Amino acid sequence: MIPLSHFLILAAALFSIGVAGIFLNRKNIIVLLMSIELMLLAVNMNFVAFSFFLEDIAGQIFVFFILTVAAAEAAIGLAILVALFRNRGTINVGDLDSLRG
Amino acid sequence: MLSELVPVLPEIVLLAAICGVLLVDLWVPAERRQVTYLLAQASLIITLVTLFVVQPEAPRVVLHGAYIADDMSLLLKAAILIITLLVFVYSRPYLEVRGMMQGEYLVLGLCGVLGMMIMASGYNLLSLYLGLELLALCQYAMVAFRRDSPRASEAAMKYFVLGALASGMLLYGMSLLYGMTGSLDIMEIHNQLVREGVDHLGLMLGMVFVVVGMAFKLGAVPFHSWVPDVYEGAPTAVSLYIGAAPKIAGFVLLMRLLVEGLGAMHAEWQVILAVLAVASLVIGNVVAIAQTNLKRMLAYSTISHVGFILLGVLAGTTQGYASATFYVIVYSLSTAAAFGMIVLLSRRGHEAEELSDFKGLNERSPWFALVMLFVMFSMAGVPPFAGFYAKLSVLRAVVQVEMVWLAVIAVIMSIIGAFYYLRLVKMMYFDERHDDAPLQQGRGFQAALSANGVAILALGFYPAALMSLCIAAVSW
Repeated sequence: MIPLSHFLILAAALFSIGVAGIFLNRKNIIVLLMSIELMLLAVNMNFVAFSFFLEDIAGQIFVFFILTVAAAEAAIGLAILVALFRNRGTINVGDLDSLRG
Repeated sequence: MLSELVPVLPEIVLLAAICGVLLVDLWVPAERRQVTYLLAQASLIITLVTLFVVQPEAPRVVLHGAYIADDMSLLLKAAILIITLLVFVYSRPYLEVRGMMQGEYLVLGLCGVLGMMIMASGYNLLSLYLGLELLALCQYAMVAFRRDSPRASEAAMKYFVLGALASGMLLYGMSLLYGMTGSLDIMEIHNQLVREGVDHLGLMLGMVFVVVGMAFKLGAVPFHSWVPDVYEGAPTAVSLYIGAAPKIAGFVLLMRLLVEGLGAMHAEWQVILAVLAVASLVIGNVVAIAQTNLKRMLAYSTISHVGFILLGVLAGTTQGYASATFYVIVYSLSTAAAFGMIVLLSRRGHEAEELSDFKGLNERSPWFALVMLFVMFSMAGVPPFAGFYAKLSVLRAVVQVEMVWLAVIAVIMSIIGAFYYLRLVKMMYFDERHDDAPLQQGRGFQAALSANGVAILALGFYPAALMSLCIAAVSW
């Protein structure tokens, strides 16, 4: 059987790729949305693996909720993206500089 | 079985009311939009009444440990509801003048309140997360609410990406905590940590991710970069909403997860919170001086206030938690009033969001100049206003646990911070006015803003009543 640690390492790697995608990406916002999705899926992997090895179903239920919320989040993200494209004519991350944080 | 649902009635009532508001809004014609507004206000009041009616005598955990009704949830939910009530009063003229008074603002705002109430009563990781997301998703949509404004869309995108990143961090931390303790319940996690000890790498990692996620949501340095952009880019009515009540919800999340859940790891998270608090106090107060836009200045001021709230929490005593609770309520009240002043001076085609718009306000309206003076003095921590007592009790808590150096930094930074609050007061009283337009907002608006200003003064004179509620809320 595949041990727990392998699942955790895979999830950690996916999560890191997601975070790195957000910080390193300089091209377009769609890739940002994909990175966010990847982070959430890495978390799901963690929850399912823990849930299986702890023999506790609560973690898998949590995953259903995360999937639902991720879908809602993607819908809102894409809606904002459409509004942004209409106003600015670009979805390039580098062009989002009219507000300086 | 049904009696399990009694403590949850406020949330159920609010949810039903939201559906009602949404439906009614479809049928009322555009020129009678105030019907929706009045219904939204009525649903907040009904929820508030239900909250007090069904509050159990002793803390009660229902829905298989997912929901708790205790003194803290009661106090903070009441504060959230009352402050949102004020926020809706202040937003109304702003939205009406700009043709944005649509049901969406109110429905999203009410859904956000529902999310905050769930956060205040969440007692396992799942319900806390769902409450947080409900609030966050509403806020993203509200920031992007003005569809033809490039600045608002950009602010919404930044807020969305950083907010989603923060949720991801928080969730990753939660998954590790679940894996290490084998439970999602806050109480169970606490018991497990007390039984098994906290000396485990996975637990530390989980705790750090949870703290980082919450620091993003609260806007603590170095995770603050979204705060000024969102405050400036969003329509003032939305900045007002985001600035006021959600900070209370962020605070209650901090209390539930860190203090109740991970209380056994206090020594570990204390250090992290100390770093966040000092960084927030320094960056918030120093950068605020350079701002000419009042909304950006209030954003940096928020960051510095978050530093103070974190100081109260990291002290780790009842006094510390109670003073942080007091601080966050006073902060929300003063922020609502400050944004209310921006709305008061705005009119069709003019956003009074620059500091220079406040020049000579005393000649235009001595009373509202005085109200703004109350707000600024309270934020700066000048006695006898509420902000002074809040800062004093946080500092007392920090000194009691012998972290005098932290208190010294906080005092120095407050003095630096006083500069930009007092600069605005000076502009109101001693500078030439640019703008002669009469104030246009109605009686109800002016009465609410005056009451808000007077409340800040009254809480400074009689802090004991609210303080004793705060102490009761955190004594468990």
